[in-house]
Amino acid sequence: MSDTVSFDLAQVSVRELNRYFHSELPGSEVTRISVQNPNGRHSIGVGLDCPVEVEIHGHAGYFIAGMNKQAKVTVHGNVGWSVGENMMSGEVRVNGHASESAGASAHGGLLAIDGDASSRCGISLKGGNLVVAGDVGHFSAFMAQAGTMVVCGNAGANLGDSLYEAVVYVGGAIDSLGADAREEPMEATDVEAVRGLLAEAGFEGDAGSFRRVASARSLYHWNAEAHQEY
Amino acid sequence: MCGIVGLLIRRPELRASLGELAVPMLDCMGDRGPDSAGLAVFAPQQDSTCLGFSLYWRGGVPDWDAVLEQHREAAGGDATLDANGDNGLLWSSSAPADVATWLNQEWPCINLLSVGHRIRLFKDEGHPRDIASRYGFESLSGTHLVGHTRMATESMVSPAHAHPFTAGQDFCLVHNGSLSNPNSVRRRLQRRGIAFETDNDTEAGCRYLEWRMREGDSLEEAIESSFGELDGFFTFLMATAEKMVLVRDAFACKPAVVAETDDYVAVGSEFRALAHLPGIAGAKVYEPSPQVIYSWPVVEAGAPQQTAVVS
Repeated sequence: MSDTVSFDLAQVSVRELNRYFHSELPGSEVTRISVQNPNGRHSIGVGLDCPVEVEIHGHAGYFIAGMNKQAKVTVHGNVGWSVGENMMSGEVRVNGHASESAGASAHGGLLAIDGDASSRCGISLKGGNLVVAGDVGHFSAFMAQAGTMVVCGNAGANLGDSLYEAVVYVGGAIDSLGADAREEPMEATDVEAVRGLLAEAGFEGDAGSFRRVASARSLYHWNAEAHQEY
Repeated sequence: MCGIVGLLIRRPELRASLGELAVPMLDCMGDRGPDSAGLAVFAPQQDSTCLGFSLYWRGGVPDWDAVLEQHREAAGGDATLDANGDNGLLWSSSAPADVATWLNQEWPCINLLSVGHRIRLFKDEGHPRDIASRYGFESLSGTHLVGHTRMATESMVSPAHAHPFTAGQDFCLVHNGSLSNPNSVRRRLQRRGIAFETDNDTEAGCRYLEWRMREGDSLEEAIESSFGELDGFFTFLMATAEKMVLVRDAFACKPAVVAETDDYVAVGSEFRALAHLPGIAGAKVYEPSPQVIYSWPVVEAGAPQQTAVVS
């Protein structure tokens, strides 16, 4: 068997492709998968769990590479909602723009988007690393619990609302911070963290010019006298 | 959930293919809205003295000949009627209020779906694919259209509750989302003498916008004022004789994707609804920003092209 296998989604269904990913691929000698004609279809490569490289050529739909483990998935096009959601490990790369909720609840791995990401990027991030070369939309990093988000461009309104322990670094302007998010001084370890993630994602940027946003932790304990003002 | 689609032709030679390009869009978005569907198509004006009245015959076998004959007797001999199954387009020089009153009194089995010089509206229950085939959407031609696939959440499934909704003349709205204050909006408009046909939330939004336009607002100004009046989630896609207009609410929970080429502007809830369009690989594909009004003018044959006006 060749070490590269191609699938044309104009010919086979996403269900057939994912069945191959789950049952035949693990343990085989195949190291590369090429997917043609995604045409905005959803759920391509959900549940991958082996060290394979998947290249998707064209715009893809929702939940691409969701729950990914080990695999390196690259989309040469835009993606819809929730790319790399709940990723556990591996790498998901978007050579285009991403719609809402990119990297939602990702526990591990790297999600790199070389265009813009839309609203709620990194919502409920649980430990993954998320690097966006462009801008992110409103309510990004909402309730993000662990992991790191690097935004080279601008961040929309309410960045980091109700943050837990995830840290967000922003290179451009921040429209506004959400409840309980605050800007903190950049330490040498922060600059190093940004430099490392930019290098890992393959994006340019002056790590020293980024700003750090983290939780003020005032929402950690309910305060009835705060009247919902934080 | 619901799906919305819109297509505005920029290259006049493509107008004949409007329906053919749009049917796969509706069919695909049937995944988001399988219970009913509708479509409003705008064609170049043919006779400025007549208005087109889109009619829907509820149940039974339509007798459009009898409708036309009676209308001619009552209102003059120049009326015509283009029948398409249970959907009919009556061309008449009568005033809209007179036609509405006549239909209420003489033909209670008929819903008046739209009024205008350019609009023709279809909507019905069933899978969008079946509705497209029932009315032959594939053969529709025109300058632009908007369509909707419905998954009902807040009011019953019926042809009258399907989208697009219309108000006034040559104006329609399709909606993905749900309004949370349609009852108070409806009550306030009813106090101004505005009549409603359903308890649907989108009808309240549609009639609100049309009321603002009758008060002198442009559609864009009406939408601006709706940000303070209409509470809820929405991606609204609207059409008039002159333009197609798109807006998402501030939270932008309801999706939309736009694809623009020199030949067309296409809008869909998801990219896959647009993936079949010619030249899509080279199209400018983008997600509209929250609370930004996107307005694309209808291109008249021979007129220079204009790009989107964003406000």
